[in-house]
Amino acid sequence: MDAPDVTVNGRAVPFAGATPHTTALDWLRGLGLTGAKEGCAEGECGACSVMVARPGVDSPTEWTALNACLMPAAQLAGQEVVTAEGLADGDVLHPVQAEMAARGGSQCGYCTPGFVCSMAAEFYRPGRVPTSSTTEEAGEDDADHECGPNGFDLHALSGNLCRCTGYRPIREAAYAVGQADDADPLTARTRQHPPATTYAEVSADGARFVRPADLPALLDLLAEEPDAVLVAGSTDHGVEVNLRGARPPLTVAVDRLDELRGFTLADDHVELGAALTLTEIERRLAGRLPLIGQMTAQFASRLIRNGATLGGNLGTGSPIGDAAPALLALEAEVVLASAAGDRTVRLADYFTGYRTSVREPGEVIRAVRIPLPARGLTAFHKIAKRRFDDISSVAVGFALDLEDGVVTAARIGLGGVAATPIRARATETALEGRAWNADTVAAAADVLGGEGTPLDDHRASAAYRAAMLRTSLLKLHAEHPGTSERATA
Amino acid sequence: MSRAPEHLSEGLAQRPARGVVVGESLPHESAAGHVTGTALYTDDLVGRTPGCLHAHPVQVPVAHARVTAMRVDPAYDVPGVVRVLTAADVPGVNDAGIKHDEPLFGDEVMFHGHAVAWVLGETLEAARRGALAVEVDVEELPALVSIHDAIEAGSFQGGQPTLARGDVETALAEATHVFSGETEMAGQEHFYLETHCSLALVDEAGQMFVQSSTQHPTETQEIVAHVLGIASHEVTVQCLRMGGGFGGKEMQPHGYAAVAALGARLTGRPVRVRLTRSQDMTMTGKRHGFHAAWRAGFDDDARLVALDATLTSDGGWSLDLSEPVLARALCHVDNAYWIPHVRVNGRVARTHKTSQTAFRGFGGPQGMLVVEDVLGRCAPRLGVPAQVVRERNFYADGQDTPYGQPVKQPERLHRAWTTLSSEADLDARRAEVAAFNAAHPHAKRGLATTPVKFGISFNLTAFNQAGALVHVYKDGSVLVNHGGTEMGQGLHTKMLQVAATALGVPLSRVRLAPTRTDKVPNTSATAASSGADLNGAAVRDACEQITARLLEVDPDGSMSWEDRVRTAYMSRVQLFAAGFYKTEGLHWDSSIMRGEPFKYFAYGVAAAEVEVDGFTGGYRTRRVDVVHDVGASLSPLVDVGQIEGGYVQGAGWLTLEDLRWDEGDGPGRGRLLTQAASTYKLPSLSEMPEDFRVTLLPDASEDGAVYGGKAVGEPPLMLAFATREALREAVAAFGPDDEGPGPGVDLASPATPEAVWWAIERARAGGDDRLVVGGAGATGTEPPQPDGPAYRPESERLAQQ
Repeated sequence: MDAPDVTVNGRAVPFAGATPHTTALDWLRGLGLTGAKEGCAEGECGACSVMVARPGVDSPTEWTALNACLMPAAQLAGQEVVTAEGLADGDVLHPVQAEMAARGGSQCGYCTPGFVCSMAAEFYRPGRVPTSSTTEEAGEDDADHECGPNGFDLHALSGNLCRCTGYRPIREAAYAVGQADDADPLTARTRQHPPATTYAEVSADGARFVRPADLPALLDLLAEEPDAVLVAGSTDHGVEVNLRGARPPLTVAVDRLDELRGFTLADDHVELGAALTLTEIERRLAGRLPLIGQMTAQFASRLIRNGATLGGNLGTGSPIGDAAPALLALEAEVVLASAAGDRTVRLADYFTGYRTSVREPGEVIRAVRIPLPARGLTAFHKIAKRRFDDISSVAVGFALDLEDGVVTAARIGLGGVAATPIRARATETALEGRAWNADTVAAAADVLGGEGTPLDDHRASAAYRAAMLRTSLLKLHAEHPGTSERATA
Repeated sequence: MSRAPEHLSEGLAQRPARGVVVGESLPHESAAGHVTGTALYTDDLVGRTPGCLHAHPVQVPVAHARVTAMRVDPAYDVPGVVRVLTAADVPGVNDAGIKHDEPLFGDEVMFHGHAVAWVLGETLEAARRGALAVEVDVEELPALVSIHDAIEAGSFQGGQPTLARGDVETALAEATHVFSGETEMAGQEHFYLETHCSLALVDEAGQMFVQSSTQHPTETQEIVAHVLGIASHEVTVQCLRMGGGFGGKEMQPHGYAAVAALGARLTGRPVRVRLTRSQDMTMTGKRHGFHAAWRAGFDDDARLVALDATLTSDGGWSLDLSEPVLARALCHVDNAYWIPHVRVNGRVARTHKTSQTAFRGFGGPQGMLVVEDVLGRCAPRLGVPAQVVRERNFYADGQDTPYGQPVKQPERLHRAWTTLSSEADLDARRAEVAAFNAAHPHAKRGLATTPVKFGISFNLTAFNQAGALVHVYKDGSVLVNHGGTEMGQGLHTKMLQVAATALGVPLSRVRLAPTRTDKVPNTSATAASSGADLNGAAVRDACEQITARLLEVDPDGSMSWEDRVRTAYMSRVQLFAAGFYKTEGLHWDSSIMRGEPFKYFAYGVAAAEVEVDGFTGGYRTRRVDVVHDVGASLSPLVDVGQIEGGYVQGAGWLTLEDLRWDEGDGPGRGRLLTQAASTYKLPSLSEMPEDFRVTLLPDASEDGAVYGGKAVGEPPLMLAFATREALREAVAAFGPDDEGPGPGVDLASPATPEAVWWAIERARAGGDDRLVVGGAGATGTEPPQPDGPAYRPESERLAQQ
């Protein structure tokens, strides 16, 4: 055992009593902090939301809301965490608590501590500034943001479920909180460096958790134990542990390795570190690569995006992950690191079968590289039951160039219609070199409807999936009937 | 604060002239505890309970099988396993229900995931591994999974009541229009955020003390007692609060509490049973899905003249509350509409699924959905706008329900409808919707208005009683106990307000103790929306007994409260009282389905506007307006919260939440496919109506209820029919733009984006092709007429509600 103390609600607590598979939630509850609750154990309901001090985009540190049910407790070693119990100042409620309480934001109260933490993280977000937009205008927004007059982005709560209130008073509370006070200790904390991440190791019950200090150490470890499970946000692995009884002998945290957290914006490409969270990517890109922006906005929930990474999404190889269809359309490449150095693989060649890939034992995904300039007309269509926080039954990434009314290039990535994410190559062919008009689109849409081998399951019927492939192109054309959409970025 | 004699009010509904705390808009009494994470739920007590063991079920993954052998020894080889509980360990009655059709440890697996044993471990992980080690041999048996399987096989359980009035056959023969159709609706998972949880220990006095997340502590107590083979006075059940109940904790907690209690009795250590989400979803009951076959007759003016329907509910493997749920469904098939000739048959299918149970509305929503579906589908064929058909068929003064109860206050329905029309600006918005639809080929909006009339009281008259125990201490502080449980609905908030009002003291002087069976015995479930009506009247009774005694020492009310209390104590005046209440004027005969089972009706109306994407079937709820009758609100913030939350939960049932069982013949047959939050989607912030406006109907005090407030827990759920009907309107707008009678839209329930998309495809192709249309003289397709007895004499809970 080699794990530094955890700072919990401002107090140092020895890291003890946890196995490598103990969740942060169970560990915190074991301390008597029972505010965070287990509602689903798979990062869907947010009742376990807590705030963790993480490296920030707009300030050195940001309070980041995360699902404690998914995070291995060992990942908290050396870190700083705040729970609902740590927000009030004695008997004086924190502003988000006061608004939630006064406006009827809690009924049964079980989801409330989680809502409060997600809300507090947004309260402290450095970029949150009052806007002039009204809620009505916000309602017309696309999926990216729905902000209150106080700049509160409602998507901050997209990973929290409430079964009692119907949400209206929660939205009202969110839009009523003021700006964070500079003297507030949690605000002050954001101006300091985030907690360092150092080597940590936890062993119990014949299992081990290791946080290596750097990439060479990680690669050494993988050379010895190629079957180790790598976790960053643990948003997939946590579900395996909680719901499916996964108990791998070695879990390795890669979430804070600098070598996996690069962000490079060059003339001819963007490189996104595999361990950058989707929230970090979204905010660092700041509107560049709109296809990525559209995808991240619809990717699970803010709570998940605060932990989840591209490395994880591609590493698990799920055919219904949302990143791959967008990245396929952008002709992204995967940078794989091993003791032998880096190699680069086109994402279109990366997946080899259901949850399998060309990644060799001992290799890690270091980064994803997207060539620039991106194509002019891009869109991400996600078909799901719910607008916030749902798993795609079908996802389509489009990247087209139009020149003088002609489709000069078409790249289309699909998720949910085959054992792997795929390119819709027949559809691309049916579009390229043809006029961007209703006839071309109708014919190509029929081709698109026949791509892949969609299945019937509880999310959607195969017939609906095929129909949604077809209509996605019709919808794209209806929304972008213009004849010239050239690369600009 | 003082209280003069005249403030001992006469009528139940009358509020005193001064010191009225009811009616104030207050936050939930535990709001500060909720937001700081310090409000405790049952599972939060585990860390405060040294030596606690953890329980894990042994679930068998087949839909129907006989257990031929079970070997528990391998579990004891797992480090940390302390005890395996099986049927052989039960000293009393091996049954988790009171109909004796629900063995706690069965020798027959009746649904996929049925638990046949429980393992106790030092840690949950040890118990989990121990449960995996238990070996169960089974002989698989044929399984009926869908309601259609059961109907085809003639697999039913319980009574088959018929509610009838008039002469349906003649009325249909004389009707101008006769339509026949079928309506099917899915069930609904409660998805209370807190899963089932019980913590049991043998206390220092040797009694079994069970903390449980239960809506029905008394019944939990009774089941624990009969499983252990001991008397009720040896068992105390406490419920601190629940993280949501919605009916799912009315009958379902008992077995889990009994497992915990049995484990505590056998090991001498505290035992915690807490279900994971997937255990909760695969093992506990849900809202009943229903199938209905019906035919309806209308006259020239689009007035309903006859309705003949057979409702079949999917009860799952055991009866649980299926019979009373069915009875309430039959009693609500009229919703807000006068139907002169009615015949509604009911039956409960037995399938190999979880035993379906109470869920907010308790069959009412399913019954009402039938008539709303009839009106929504038939209105276009009649050539009359659906909202006109609805309004034209509203009950009027002097009319009775099909079961013979006079419809009290029908004018409130009309008043609410008119108020909604003006406050929601419906005429102008209908024009806007039409203009939008004309201008947008790929997106259509719909605006629909629907009513709710919901009967308040338990159908079974005996359940309409409640008790309270109020203590005034010498320092003037007040402690209130009552029989109701808090699940987020704000009952405790209202009870504090009632007590403060009845005693004439500030709210700060009153405190509420957790609900316990050793304080107030023989309670009814906190259910049927009746919690505040029943317990409030009992609390008030107790408080007024005390107030009357205090008058002896301070007849002119000149003393301060504290002085009066102190003086009373010195004068040897009793400063505590047990209160009791029973609802007067109720009667119900379940064998003929007639009587006056309800004290009053709660009314509400809603208007919803949606926008549907023609490419995907996806939709947004743009605006919802509600006018709802809560009587004279006891606590407006609480009541508005119930209305909004009920609406969104109802909309979830009708549009989003999609229970899917594996109905194939493979090895997974009968498995619940949507058994996690990632696959069973409840409404999130993105499904909230973007603009949500709730108005409480003014001037609405209810004579028959404490301080004039009406029950509010269940009725608003059914306001969400407005969203479903708005979707139907929007879907219709994708069809051919003809004047005059249209083909109508057959919309699945839940109307998920996929279901809406298929409905759009049918609308584009010509509309509802499943509705059988007959003109004058035709009598339509007769639904099946079940011939079973209305109730089973062996049933202890016959037509309970």
